[in-house]
Amino acid sequence: MFLAESFKTAFSLIIGLNAELLGIILLSLKVSGSALIIATLIGLPLASLLGFKRFRLKGMIISILHTFMGLPPVVVGLLVYLLLSRSGPLGFLALLYSPSAMIIAQSILAFPIVAALSHSAIVGVNPVITQASLTLGATPYQVSMTIIREARYGIMSGIIAAFGRVMAEVGAILIVGGNIAGFTRVMTTTIALETDKGNFELALALGIILLTISLVINSAVHIVQQKGATGAGR
Amino acid sequence: MTLRLSASNIGKTYNSDQILRDCSFSFSEQGIYVLTGANGCGKSTFLRICALIEEPDSGEINYFSDKSMVQKNLELRRRITLVLPKVGVFHTTVFKNVDYGLRIRGIRGTEANERVEKALEFVELGHKRNQNARTLSSGETQRLGIARALVIKPEILFLDEPTASVDQKNTRIIEDIILNMKQDSMATVVITTHDRQQAARLADHLLVLKDGKILSG
Repeated sequence: MFLAESFKTAFSLIIGLNAELLGIILLSLKVSGSALIIATLIGLPLASLLGFKRFRLKGMIISILHTFMGLPPVVVGLLVYLLLSRSGPLGFLALLYSPSAMIIAQSILAFPIVAALSHSAIVGVNPVITQASLTLGATPYQVSMTIIREARYGIMSGIIAAFGRVMAEVGAILIVGGNIAGFTRVMTTTIALETDKGNFELALALGIILLTISLVINSAVHIVQQKGATGAGR
Repeated sequence: MTLRLSASNIGKTYNSDQILRDCSFSFSEQGIYVLTGANGCGKSTFLRICALIEEPDSGEINYFSDKSMVQKNLELRRRITLVLPKVGVFHTTVFKNVDYGLRIRGIRGTEANERVEKALEFVELGHKRNQNARTLSSGETQRLGIARALVIKPEILFLDEPTASVDQKNTRIIEDIILNMKQDSMATVVITTHDRQQAARLADHLLVLKDGKILSG
């Protein structure tokens, strides 16, 4: 009975969508979206470098990236907190407990996922594509761009997977954002707070929205992977 | 003046197995050159070396235009092309696959469209221009590879076993395409095949690769 009532109120909150709820959703999307852009801007060039160039420590960097794909968000939150705290090396920037701090923490979480999965997609491109490009007169740069284009579905899957990860995480942004109402409060931190307070309706409403976003993200990954799977590459 | 190839004393070893030894070959007139030989005798390796995709262990590949040697740079690589047995289809439409060679040369717009359409018609793939190229059959994929090469108007076209993995119908179509290219003086064609009958049907100049050397030609 209690559960049914809670769900009923949660749905009415979603339908009513008040300014506070909308603000929380938009901030979540803004923080995670910005983090994803930063992670992609750094991760994709690194993935390309690892995919196309031979250099010392390459294997070690790839191993580190794969390990960091499973970074615990609270550890990232703690490290970013120590960096940005007043006595930390970047304390002078006064970014702690701001959306910027949350974006930094989520960028760190998303970056290894984007870089590692993009790298896997790039090295997974059939070598005959490289030969075909060369035989048609492509320069080394054009060959690289062709391979990245061929790997686009795998790269997109990686970017979407990273978005899913940062949208759902709570540990890092809670530590560096502080969950300040109207300023750094996002969906996951609100769920944690409202559950603590016993205000399950709002927590449930946000949980449903978060699950819907997650469903959309996973559907997008599936569609992208299906598109990429057309033909085995002759 | 068309481009001429001179391969002198080419040697290539894989895993201590000497595939090519002092292999020499040159041509000065247009036509169809067919390189035949048993499976695994080094035909494909020799072709890749001639097409500057692979380096020989010893010997030299040189290209001449008139009497002067052409530098082995990007410009030369864009005057010759090789169609591999595994074509390497780009994950896009048939049209964009054929357009690739033009795009990387900065050729776009009406000229590019006309050239792509012409190449597609030549290989009888015009009706599949908007299809995802990875959904083509093996025979159609080989024809796509030839269209992709023809659109860039190479002076020398290397075809490595173009009918090795295709059915009889597509073999006939591909052979017709090659003979039509000769008729239209589109390019000097160098083909490898292990099919002696096919070699006889196509060759203006027949070459045999045996024990790492080209024996006739």
